[in-house]
Amino acid sequence: MVDQDFVDQDLADLDRLENDQPLLVAGSLSKSYGRIAACRDVSFALYPGEVLAIVGESGSGKSTLLQMLSGQLTPSAGHVSYRMRDGVTRDLTTLGEAERRFLFRTDWGYVHQDPAQGLRMAVSAGANVGERLMAVGWNHYGRIRDTASDWLGRVEIDVARIDDAPRTYSGGMRQRLQIARNLVTEPRLVFMDEPTGGLDVSVQARLLDLLRSLVAELHLAVIIVTHDLAVARLLSHRVMVMKGGRVIETGLTDQVLDDPREPYTQLLVSSILPP
Amino acid sequence: MTAMIDIADAQKTFTMHLQGGIELPVVRGVTFNVNPGECVVLSGPSGAGKSSILKMIFGNYRCDSGRIDIRHRGAVIDLATAEPRQVLNIRRSTIGYVSQFLRAVPRVATIDVVAEPLIVNGMSRADAQQRAGSLLHRLNIPERLWQLPPATFSGGEQQRVNIARGFIPDLPILLLDEPTASLDAANRAVVVDLIAGKKRQGVAMVAIVHDDEIRHLIADRIVDVTSFAAAA
Repeated sequence: MVDQDFVDQDLADLDRLENDQPLLVAGSLSKSYGRIAACRDVSFALYPGEVLAIVGESGSGKSTLLQMLSGQLTPSAGHVSYRMRDGVTRDLTTLGEAERRFLFRTDWGYVHQDPAQGLRMAVSAGANVGERLMAVGWNHYGRIRDTASDWLGRVEIDVARIDDAPRTYSGGMRQRLQIARNLVTEPRLVFMDEPTGGLDVSVQARLLDLLRSLVAELHLAVIIVTHDLAVARLLSHRVMVMKGGRVIETGLTDQVLDDPREPYTQLLVSSILPP
Repeated sequence: MTAMIDIADAQKTFTMHLQGGIELPVVRGVTFNVNPGECVVLSGPSGAGKSSILKMIFGNYRCDSGRIDIRHRGAVIDLATAEPRQVLNIRRSTIGYVSQFLRAVPRVATIDVVAEPLIVNGMSRADAQQRAGSLLHRLNIPERLWQLPPATFSGGEQQRVNIARGFIPDLPILLLDEPTASLDAANRAVVVDLIAGKKRQGVAMVAIVHDDEIRHLIADRIVDVTSFAAAA
């Protein structure tokens, strides 16, 4: 007979080993356009299940950084490495285009601020979600449709709307659909660029709440770019504050927001209107 | 016996850059320890830095200098210098914190707000909800409210939900910031009872209580924070 405690202990150890290895490592990342430095010397490690918020105002370099981290923009200097599903850590700049696309279809998600960028607006909601599954080799129509319906339910979209195209959806529904499309393949890392940016406040709260529970349930690692400190507080474990292309302060989210050290971070925190 | 919390010479100053960089000293020379099964109550007037010390022990406020050693899974870790990931691990499995106010996520049902700390530590939802239910019951939150988010509850009800959420996990260290402030006598007695239960389990506690009667009932030792006053 197998000693269950022993097995559990082994699993816990395995889990710890897994989680003790970073998923993504950025080393001295910089990007300049001619003489203008958009991003300077950014380094950090992201672990499985960890949510990192990059905050700062427009022009701070946070979007440039996100693009480099997700392999969409080649850094002027530095590197990004990622631990693939097979456990091998690869430098993103050495990945071929096909390998990078494959990562994007399987292990990564990317939630755009504007859902129209992340969705195909003219095809049905079901197809938007199903397409990601087909891209990873699913071919049974019934199973794809069932999984798509299940995901619509999880993001609180009425399943009766499965055959409607997202252009008939409201902004909040579109954003929830984009999230379903990204999460259906069970990625390990999701990039989010101002995911609540274009939404009404009431819609934002619902979306944040949904994101928060999905992230915890699926043990997702997330890198989220936002200028909204409330979003960072609700979703993230850690924050990096950017200004002028540099990371000026970093730490646990509640620590940085409740006990900000840098003048700029203090300014950001003091600029929040009380609820 | 080895202390669960061992603080030595911890210091905290706020630098207010938006007010011309003025320095606001909070505490200095903070030195005390807390043993398993012991409740240490911090005393001192309002503004003496009691809450700040609690926040420093939770890793919410950073220390300028000194150490805050915490026993975490058999090892001693200095929270003042720990990595964010380590601090989060310590909060998940070692230090609980009951703040004065409930910071609840909108839309989440009360029963789930309370059950969540158990679920993140691996308990099944059903078991966690059952324990949450019995604790809510003990704190006199009627069952008809359990499925509602606590945002609309009265101040006292919210605080009791907050207490339930803070007391539910079996963590070896518990920090209590005015846990009885807006409670009636019956519920204050429940909280005193919960604290006694934690002591029997060997939990090390640091508490702030203004009510003399409650302090008398829960304190094993009183640490006077005015001796750490930083304002010279």
